[in-house]
Amino acid sequence: MPDLGLEVLWKGKNFARLLGGLWVALRISLISAGISVLAGILLGIAASRKRSVSSVVLRIWLSVIHVMPQMVLLFLMYFGTTRAFGWNLSGEAAAVIVFSLWGTAEMADLVRGAVTSIPVIQRESVEALGLKPGQIYRWIILPQAVRRLIPLSINLITRMIKTTSLVTLLGVVEILKVAQQIIEANRKASPNAAFGVYLTVFVMYYLACRPLSLAAKKLEKQWR
Amino acid sequence: MKSIRTISSIIIALVLTLSLIASAAADGAFRTLEEIKASGSISIGVFSDKNPFGYVDENGEYQGYDVYFARRIGEDLGIAVNFVSTEAANRVEYLETGKVDIILANFTVTPERAEKVDFALPYMNVALGVVSPNSRVITDLSEIGAEDRVIVISGTTAEDYLIKNNPEITLQKYDTYANAKNALENGNAVAWANDNTEVIAFALQNEGYTVGIPSLGSQDTIAPAVSKGNESLLNWINEEIKALAAEQFFHKDYESTLVDTYGLDYEDSLVLEGGGLTE
Repeated sequence: MPDLGLEVLWKGKNFARLLGGLWVALRISLISAGISVLAGILLGIAASRKRSVSSVVLRIWLSVIHVMPQMVLLFLMYFGTTRAFGWNLSGEAAAVIVFSLWGTAEMADLVRGAVTSIPVIQRESVEALGLKPGQIYRWIILPQAVRRLIPLSINLITRMIKTTSLVTLLGVVEILKVAQQIIEANRKASPNAAFGVYLTVFVMYYLACRPLSLAAKKLEKQWR
Repeated sequence: MKSIRTISSIIIALVLTLSLIASAAADGAFRTLEEIKASGSISIGVFSDKNPFGYVDENGEYQGYDVYFARRIGEDLGIAVNFVSTEAANRVEYLETGKVDIILANFTVTPERAEKVDFALPYMNVALGVVSPNSRVITDLSEIGAEDRVIVISGTTAEDYLIKNNPEITLQKYDTYANAKNALENGNAVAWANDNTEVIAFALQNEGYTVGIPSLGSQDTIAPAVSKGNESLLNWINEEIKALAAEQFFHKDYESTLVDTYGLDYEDSLVLEGGGLTE
């Protein structure tokens, strides 16, 4: 077996530090994902009505978020708000805000797409049967839209978890930063530690994202 | 098409407004020495993955040459130190927004940076150095012949310096440290020019190489930095650095953090006591 420098993981509190870093990454991404899913569904439903104010808002919001790299958004939210308004957001709070803005925009777009993909004939038919708009959403549109949404939103959440590695620029120490710290601190004692440590990080990310996709598969089956 | 144009003009307007607000806002967002003392803790930005200057050990504790000094600052102020992990790219930004009080992150003093932050007295020297194999140690650039080649890493100060001051020397350029190292080991060139800390560390870790020229070109220094205009803190740090010279503090710092990487031979050329003013 090649030397992966795995021994550095058992030095001192290194392994616990990696897990702590994973928890920071998950905390930021799961809180943001929760906000994004809730706000995204509401905004998405509102925006699915053609030529409504909310659809214009969503279009502008999406195009702003899409043209700006996440790193720029994070810098603006953390350093920019201090310069402009004197706010003193913590690194984590700034990260959650940016990820929520990004997630809500993308989620709303997914919801809008899923809702408008339901054939108009279905809506017209139940309208003819006398259902009210609220009932139409509750019984006809949402059950079908949600099923289409699950794989897409899981994809969004896992992308969010991976993008948390950027928050190190805001002084937040998450899993990837802890990994770099461990590798650098052992540069001379274990020069191969990079392989072992990054391999461990890969496994940790995988184990963290796996339950999400399993749950998604289960839900998809159940609601078929 | 029309809507796309409308949207993009709205975005441009938005960005312009934001940048106007940002530039108009007062940049004086820093804490004075009194405010720092009253709060009971000082925020110091250090590297967390640059062994041996600033790194985190296996117990999660910050260590290194810069950190050793940071702890002493906290001790002498009688307050706790809150270490903030910084990157090379955001050190200036941290000071401009007052999110840290001091940056102690291997920060080289340059005129461009000095326009944005205030540097205190320096505590370390950096210069260029040249390492060569023991079979033919280069101790002066004039020993390099017309057919000889010298390795540099693209984009480094060593490259700039040699192009500017010694255009007669043929350079062999590499993009990464690892490629440059391989090239020297394979005998592709007679010497390798880089930051002197890098070549000293290389010669110590690899048998058969000597740093024939330990200090070349203009001496740069590494110094603590504070937010532009934070005079009370700047003056305190300067007085502190001067006072620490009496106990040869930075020599002690070197001997407990840098000696494993750079050895004792270079201690006096790398360390600066009292900001170098007393010498």
